[in-house]
Amino acid sequence: MPRKTLTVALMDPPYESENLTTAFRILDVAARRGYNINVFAYEGASGLAFVRQTPHPNPVHGKNLAEENHPTTKDQVAALLAEAEKNGGKVDWVNCGMCVDERGVNEFVPGTRRGSPADFHAFVEASDNTLVIPTK
Amino acid sequence: MAKKTLNIVESAYRAVMEEQDDTILWLLAAMQGAGAEHTVVLRGNAVNYAVSGQGVPGLTVGEWKQTQAPKMDRDVLDLVEKRNIPVYVVAEDLADRGIDRGDLVPGVQLLSRTALPGLFDEFALVAHW
Repeated sequence: MPRKTLTVALMDPPYESENLTTAFRILDVAARRGYNINVFAYEGASGLAFVRQTPHPNPVHGKNLAEENHPTTKDQVAALLAEAEKNGGKVDWVNCGMCVDERGVNEFVPGTRRGSPADFHAFVEASDNTLVIPTK
Repeated sequence: MAKKTLNIVESAYRAVMEEQDDTILWLLAAMQGAGAEHTVVLRGNAVNYAVSGQGVPGLTVGEWKQTQAPKMDRDVLDLVEKRNIPVYVVAEDLADRGIDRGDLVPGVQLLSRTALPGLFDEFALVAHW
């Protein structure tokens, strides 16, 4: 059976909604199944792969840096790329270029790249299915 | 003396997985530690924060695993017991969702929708989150 290709468009910024957790759960399953995955990270989601994200301790929780083990989406993106590769799939993660410029988040997790709406169009055309998870 | 603030929390489960807590309950706890004087009313979907025994598996992406997934009942209990922040829950919103009083963590107080406006006069600031 030919390898499936799934495109996901994301729009929410990190740390603002539950949508990204849902998206990463879906992406994780797709990577485990060896699908090829395209991600178009648009608007706030263009910060997901920003490489300078830093975890922090949480004094309200009474936890130091290691105990809090605060999630960063850059780590999740890197883990997604690694998982896909392990299972024979590949991830083409595109960060909307104008979106990252607006936000000053133009340093990416290695293996992701800068792109444009034309990439999203190409993804849709080449995919078995496309899932859009917009900001509400 | 700090201005007393009534915080009506309605937006629920917003980024709690990524933050490992609720951003507003966290903010109020942190401000209380800095000398603020907060009271919380949970209404709408946020009443579910007070339901005891809830939890969720941490997110997993490939080899990356979240180890400190949020526990909202623990955080509500923390406000009541450790932060001295009174927490009210709107009774009708519980009933609408089929949640019994006995399902809630200890220390939270029920408040009717009709009684809520009467609370406003007791506070210098009312914030609706």
